[in-house]
Amino acid sequence: MKSFLESEFTVVRDEERCIRCKVCVNQCAYETHCYDAEDDRILSKDENCVNCHRCVIFCPTHAIRIEQNVTGYTQNSNWSREAIVALKKQAEYGGILITGMGCDKPNFTYWDRLLLDASQVTNPSIDPLREPMEIKTFLGSKPDRIELEEVDDDVVLQTKLSPQLVCEAPILFSALSYGAVSFNVHTALAKAATEFGTYMNTGEGGLDERLYKYGDHIIVQVASGRFGVHPGYLDVGAAVEIKIGQGAKPGIGGHLPGEKVTEDISRTRMIPVGTDALSPAPQHDIYSIEDLRQLIYALKEATDYTKPISVKIAAVHNSAAIASGMVRAGADIIAIDGVRGATGSAPKVIRDNVGIPIELALASVDQRLRDEGIRNHASVIVAGGIKSSADVIKAIALGADAVYVGTAALVAMGCTLCQKCHTGKCPWGIATSDPWLTKRLNPDIATRRLTNLLRAWSLEIKEMMGGMGINAVESLRGNRMRLRGVGLTDTELKILGVKMAGD
Amino acid sequence: MKTAMELNNRYNDDKVNDACGLFGMMDLSGRRFGAEEPVKAIANMHERSNGLGGGFAAYGIYPEFRNDYALHVMYLNQESKEKSEAIISNNFDVLRSEKIPVDYSAHVIRPPLMWRYFVHPKQNLLSTLTSDDFVVEQVMRINMETCGAYVFSSGKNMGVFKGVGFPEDIAAFFRLNDYEGYMWICHGRFPTNTPGWWGGAHPFNILDWTVVHNGELSSYGINRRYLEMFNYNCTMQTDTEVLAYTLDLLRRKQGIPLSVVTKILAPPLWEEIADMNPTQKRLYTTLRMSYGSLLMNGPFSIIAAHQGEMMGLTDRIKLRPLTAATLDNMLFLSSEESAIRLVAPVLDRVWSPLGGEPVVGRLKSDTERIEVIAH
Repeated sequence: MKSFLESEFTVVRDEERCIRCKVCVNQCAYETHCYDAEDDRILSKDENCVNCHRCVIFCPTHAIRIEQNVTGYTQNSNWSREAIVALKKQAEYGGILITGMGCDKPNFTYWDRLLLDASQVTNPSIDPLREPMEIKTFLGSKPDRIELEEVDDDVVLQTKLSPQLVCEAPILFSALSYGAVSFNVHTALAKAATEFGTYMNTGEGGLDERLYKYGDHIIVQVASGRFGVHPGYLDVGAAVEIKIGQGAKPGIGGHLPGEKVTEDISRTRMIPVGTDALSPAPQHDIYSIEDLRQLIYALKEATDYTKPISVKIAAVHNSAAIASGMVRAGADIIAIDGVRGATGSAPKVIRDNVGIPIELALASVDQRLRDEGIRNHASVIVAGGIKSSADVIKAIALGADAVYVGTAALVAMGCTLCQKCHTGKCPWGIATSDPWLTKRLNPDIATRRLTNLLRAWSLEIKEMMGGMGINAVESLRGNRMRLRGVGLTDTELKILGVKMAGD
Repeated sequence: MKTAMELNNRYNDDKVNDACGLFGMMDLSGRRFGAEEPVKAIANMHERSNGLGGGFAAYGIYPEFRNDYALHVMYLNQESKEKSEAIISNNFDVLRSEKIPVDYSAHVIRPPLMWRYFVHPKQNLLSTLTSDDFVVEQVMRINMETCGAYVFSSGKNMGVFKGVGFPEDIAAFFRLNDYEGYMWICHGRFPTNTPGWWGGAHPFNILDWTVVHNGELSSYGINRRYLEMFNYNCTMQTDTEVLAYTLDLLRRKQGIPLSVVTKILAPPLWEEIADMNPTQKRLYTTLRMSYGSLLMNGPFSIIAAHQGEMMGLTDRIKLRPLTAATLDNMLFLSSEESAIRLVAPVLDRVWSPLGGEPVVGRLKSDTERIEVIAH
């Protein structure tokens, strides 16, 4: 069948600058560039290009530029280029369109329509360079009251808190499964979390034994496929997370293609080399909230009540009621992943159309848990499209205890959001298990890029807190009075629990 | 008729903002003394208020009713008085009901009708509630439901007197020279976004707890949301109210000692906790983890008092002033040392407590000392 698809990008090469070094040829995992020895020039197959920028960055003479294909279809506000391309692809392949990363549609982001407060006159701002600014965060269940006994002139603490995670900043690395990302990526995340004092999340693909030494800073995930779940794995983590859903693909399972299941991944996931790793849509032992309670307590028993148990869900229409059930079922942490949450692979139609924005889910969950008087009983982590320290601080003011960052961490390591993770050919060595590609990511350098990111965000968070006259992050958490909305309807403001700017 | 909330926060701002002068004076031997010195001292800090609020709390003033709740109520209209009195007579045995003696020649603005009732709850209505809880419930009810009545004092053997005016004018209006107490808490107010209505002045009181406050809580939004989980309705939308309810929750309901309560309001820094011995470290870590939402962040100095106890505290980086002094049995707390020196030029000891370091004075029958709890 003759394909009616056109190339999405055009490779523009400055022939005067090109020195025929063939770096682009070697770097491209999609065989976009090739060297013609006869003419001594580099040629490009535009149709292969995914706009990953690998050749652009590594070209020593900056001879390459990638452009959007300017040959557009006839202008039409209803039938966009995206819609036409999708139709043609489906007509040619007859299957579900697969994509990578998070929803790229506009209008689902509320962070940018929320603005932060600052102190003027009636209360002083605080200079973080001169005064302490505390952003240490504890995740886990907190009691409504503590018991003290007065002995002579001393008070003796009677309450023993349930296990907690301690983060130097309210930022954790989101679940990125081994197999979807490379061993080097997992190594960098684990090392950065350890160095900085936060946590990485294994995702659903288990944890390579070589990384067990970082276990104090790792949240181990138990998902529907139960890949890599065994007693040693549960023991080594600082917390266990039950994955019910994911923002990029609420309600459906996952599929790691067999070609990605190499020797190491097979050992870690506990499946044969080369077999597809299929995660069922639901956990087959959880068909109701009481089943969730059983799994939570099974994991608490298995870990001797020494670790907090987190439950992660995708943000859906009735998240508030679900969250309330999760807390009552015994979850110490609830993680909510919004519609913009990313993935290594998901049906495009689901990624772009299912779920709700994390801001709205967070606002309604936090309020519901307060209305029911159980907000103290679990910490709330939000995920899905946190792209800056401003997003972090707004999430905390809306009511989150901490955030998970996935895409932001990947971008720090080199990802350019080309959305082709599902091909397994990531030229940056991130979303791939091909040894030729994975060695491109140096875990030590990636670790430094990640710790730099965490440090930069922490400094920015402290600067914004100081401006608000707040020197401890717990005084900002759920403090929605320090937020105002712009360009939002009354209903949106009501759900977010914030006032309109100027009001 | 507008509710107390609408009166207090006319422009529906996030909350009511004000800055202030504070003064407290307590005779630890329990000897009662007149209003002259406390009034003179708070009047000396005239520049700290702007005529839109002044008030006093005096402890030990109603010895003849020492076991009964003294409800001080202001009425903005006759209808609310009728509604309130119906609530009061249905729920309490009323031992005395009278107009609070006032002097209308004093320089104050549009005073409402002031009434007081000495009451105790009808025993058959208490069911499982304690008397205190029952009183709190009825006070909230009157403040919320009657559209024009506001109970501004509800403790035993103590009373709050407050209104719109400079503190010295409020003292004259309420004829405070007719009273004698062992402890006086005084406040001059400088609000920035309230028209100044009589109920909005400090002290803020619930049962025998009284708080006067100077500053602005940057953490107000979460302090309030936390308290709402424990069914406290912050109708006045002031920082002071949040402080009073926090004290009520932690001290009265959860029984946490005042010395520990101060460490919840103004906790030590994490780096200070890191240097503590293991027992202390565990205590302070647990406190911060459990009560982080009650950390009072941003500038404040407060004087909080209840029967037999007076406490002064500032935020942990001391963004508002507080001076303490002692002379014989007298403990002074003040925004400015000059106010103390005016009434007691020679003192045994004068000091500026560090940020977050409480000064607690207790009646000597309870304990024999003025306690300064260091980190």
